[in-house]
Amino acid sequence: MIQPGVPPILTPLLWLLIPLFLVLAPHAPHLPLWISLSWLAFALLRLYAEQTGRQLVGRVLKMVLALAGVAGVLFSYGTVIGPAGGVALLAFLSGAKLLETNTPRDRLGLLFVGCFLLVAHFLDEQSLMTAAYMAFAAPALVAGMIATQSPAATMKDARATLAFAARLMAQALPLALLIFLLFPRPQGPLWGLPQQAAARTGLSDQMSPGDISQLILSDELAFRAEFSGAQPTPQQLYWRGPVLWDYDGHTWRTATPVRAAMPEAAGLGNPARYSLTLEAHRQRWLPLLGLPTHLPELPNNPTRLGADLQWQARDAINQRLRYEVEAYPDYQLENVIQAVNGPPAPALRSRALALPVEGNPRARELARGWLEGAANDEAIVNQALTLFRAQPFFYTLNPPRLGASAVDDFLFSTRRGFCEHYASSFVFLMRAAGVPARVVTGYQGGERNPLGNYLIVRGRDAHAWAEVWLGGRGWVRVDPTAAVAPSRVERGIAAALPAGERPGGMISLEGAWLRPFGLGWDLINNQWNQWVLGYNQERQRQFLSRFNPMLGNWLGMVWALGLGASLLVLVVGISLWPRLAIIRRDPASREYQRFCRALARCRIPRGAAEAPEDYARRAAALRPDLGNDIKRITRLYLIARYGPEGGATPRDLRDAVAAFRPARRPAAKLESSQPT
Amino acid sequence: MASATLPTLPTLPWRKLGVESGPLRLTSRRLYILPTRSGLVFSLLLLGLLVGAINYGVSLVYLFTFWFVGLGVVAMLHTHRNLSGLVLQSGAAMPVFAGETACFKLRVANPSRLPRQRIGLRHAQGQGKFDDITGGGEMLLELPLPQLERGWKTPGQFAIHSEFPLGLFRCWTVLELDWGVLVYPRPAADTVPLPAADFDDGEGNAARGEGLEFDGLRVYQPGDASRRIAWKASARGGDKLLTKQFSSSSGKRLWLSWWQTQERDVESRLSRLTRWVLDAHTAGLAYGLKLPGRTLPPQTGETHLRQCLEALARHGQA
Repeated sequence: MIQPGVPPILTPLLWLLIPLFLVLAPHAPHLPLWISLSWLAFALLRLYAEQTGRQLVGRVLKMVLALAGVAGVLFSYGTVIGPAGGVALLAFLSGAKLLETNTPRDRLGLLFVGCFLLVAHFLDEQSLMTAAYMAFAAPALVAGMIATQSPAATMKDARATLAFAARLMAQALPLALLIFLLFPRPQGPLWGLPQQAAARTGLSDQMSPGDISQLILSDELAFRAEFSGAQPTPQQLYWRGPVLWDYDGHTWRTATPVRAAMPEAAGLGNPARYSLTLEAHRQRWLPLLGLPTHLPELPNNPTRLGADLQWQARDAINQRLRYEVEAYPDYQLENVIQAVNGPPAPALRSRALALPVEGNPRARELARGWLEGAANDEAIVNQALTLFRAQPFFYTLNPPRLGASAVDDFLFSTRRGFCEHYASSFVFLMRAAGVPARVVTGYQGGERNPLGNYLIVRGRDAHAWAEVWLGGRGWVRVDPTAAVAPSRVERGIAAALPAGERPGGMISLEGAWLRPFGLGWDLINNQWNQWVLGYNQERQRQFLSRFNPMLGNWLGMVWALGLGASLLVLVVGISLWPRLAIIRRDPASREYQRFCRALARCRIPRGAAEAPEDYARRAAALRPDLGNDIKRITRLYLIARYGPEGGATPRDLRDAVAAFRPARRPAAKLESSQPT
Repeated sequence: MASATLPTLPTLPWRKLGVESGPLRLTSRRLYILPTRSGLVFSLLLLGLLVGAINYGVSLVYLFTFWFVGLGVVAMLHTHRNLSGLVLQSGAAMPVFAGETACFKLRVANPSRLPRQRIGLRHAQGQGKFDDITGGGEMLLELPLPQLERGWKTPGQFAIHSEFPLGLFRCWTVLELDWGVLVYPRPAADTVPLPAADFDDGEGNAARGEGLEFDGLRVYQPGDASRRIAWKASARGGDKLLTKQFSSSSGKRLWLSWWQTQERDVESRLSRLTRWVLDAHTAGLAYGLKLPGRTLPPQTGETHLRQCLEALARHGQA
């Protein structure tokens, strides 16, 4: 990081500037330009001041700068607290503070601010790449902290400092993961979340010409779904989104939500179980496949299922959300036979037949002709599908512009369009022919990831289809697009489109050699979403109780966390324990140490700095009965250790020490002093 | 010249600290470790991040907050191991004059391969600079302490401490070693001429005594008698004052006696005698020292000077 050519006076400053820059760089796109520019200006100013040794900015100017920053952030964000304004203010002040960081403690404090900004960035972005980048920026911050402590060492060897910082972070990781897994996740925020003004993505709850074609061009992820058990067929993969009832001649929408209660419904066959991870689309509707047996609960966000099988939450989905559903892919909805004007409920029936007062006369006329000739509603539906199949209709994302009578233009002149044109025209025709019908938008299909065995559903899978109510069968799904381009349903959008129209992103993923990479990357991202980003209270309890049901509540987690963390700290501590190098003693010293220990047992320990001869003299005076042995062993030791070659050998010393077995106390009589 | 007292590092009040000798090893039983002020700031920061993580429910904020928590814990272990296992032994401190700073030297051996970094000594009256000790190496850590009074001075309790690597924790131990420094009395600043040699008439003009011969010139030092300044030579020589030096060639005996001093109180008398001893030594005279209860016969040389100064330093003390 720091080259040998850098003047040493700049080294501590660079150890501060570079880590801070690394942390702040990803913030830059989210910050006003003036903050980024002033940060860079402060950094350069400080570098210049350091090099020339001049104090460029006085105390008054510093105060003015700080106040100007607060005012600027207030002007830009309207607040200095909260994530966006707070981060902006901290970023600015971390630059202004650069002008007056002189002591190591100041620098350390500024690096703490860097730590804060590093973590705060995840409020804006949480992708795997961002996390990986920050995981590399963090050791740089830690290296900066080490540099505040040990400037001389870091100046000598920047690489060793970085390696040490990386080692510290690596040693911290097991503990971090343990706490991450076991720290009990609380439910919901501590205080109100600020409304984040961000564009909605994905399908909206209305459909105008061109809306879905824009979406089809996007590769943006809508959700992922994983089926446990039987995999549904492509024809079953209709992910239901907003159901649109009202048409004004241009836009389909649901002006007032359907308030009626859930009608009678029955599932057919076996239910399928799937878990769905929905990206934050900042809208209230939730995708659903089939007729659910029961609805999952969302944290802090009650949901309801409307009479039209549209599932809606109270609050917009602002965070990635995971839910599990058990549902019948095939089902009957409102299949009541008896009354002619019976279900759907009268109010809904009239709504399902309503059309604008005027416009599209040719379509109305065509529909009336079908009504007169047909035996029942099913025949009318078949008439319409036959029309799409027999006439030269084309599936394209670039349809010609339609005039005021959009349905007439499409049906009789342009005949080029995609799902929303077909669904819109079909429902128009049905209503004109007296068959209750509605437009359903959502997603169809999805890309199967064989590596993870789940479906990836993207913007390009957005789709619109129709539902008609047929006596005895209830609401039946009719996909007029399938009549024109069956491959749209069976093999996805890329297969249905003419070759020249396939969007770029799609082609790259369809390309044979890039496909495995793309899917592998998506798999990693999916796991990332599931296990890191989506690790919330529910998932935590579910995951932990798999190991032990005791871990299913917060008390169990706290116990496990305490025990696990203690154990882990112990293990890390022991592995870090400085291993005392074995001090190699020569054999003579070793034997002499044994002799000293033997004497110490007789309560005559050797003093710390006592020379062998002094010790021998003292010991002999205290224990006259051992005097000769003590003197002999000491002499042997001194000769073996320091004497000329060929004198006493360590072996002589060893034999003498081995024979030296003094009694603890001097014997009363000299004769009875036998070796014990 | 009272130096500001530094805050000392605390110990457990029920743990009695005794004077220790010999090499002693820093074990966990001796080492204390607590967060520094920066460490407390860091923990507050982590608390703030945790509150943010809970409020916004962002899993990555949890993950990185806990990573920094782990970093703090690992830093604590590293700080502790930076001191653990070191072997301390007191070194000799060179005698100083009162008013000077004595430099206590602590011999720190590192019996492990792990290099130890940024280890410092601290005392209420001063602290040493931080030093590194290589793996298996040894280092003399210096503790400079200003000495105000003469005599045998023990520094009392001091601490060996380290905040490496991150400055979040401080590990330390407080100890008292059986070491000390001999502080000679402060030499009197003003100049009173040396007393006459014993055969002289007592007028104090030892320099012109028959037994002394002119030996050369040297640069003036504070305390040199003004009579000995070589004014003419100084005027020729430039901006430095020069002092005439004499040597005793005939072995005349100069006695520096407690009872010859003009001062009345003990410390001033000792200061005066110290000044005389130094002057006599620089002049190359053979001198003897007479103190109440102690007499050192006239002699020359470094050893004699040391003995005289020690006698002066220890005067009246055990």
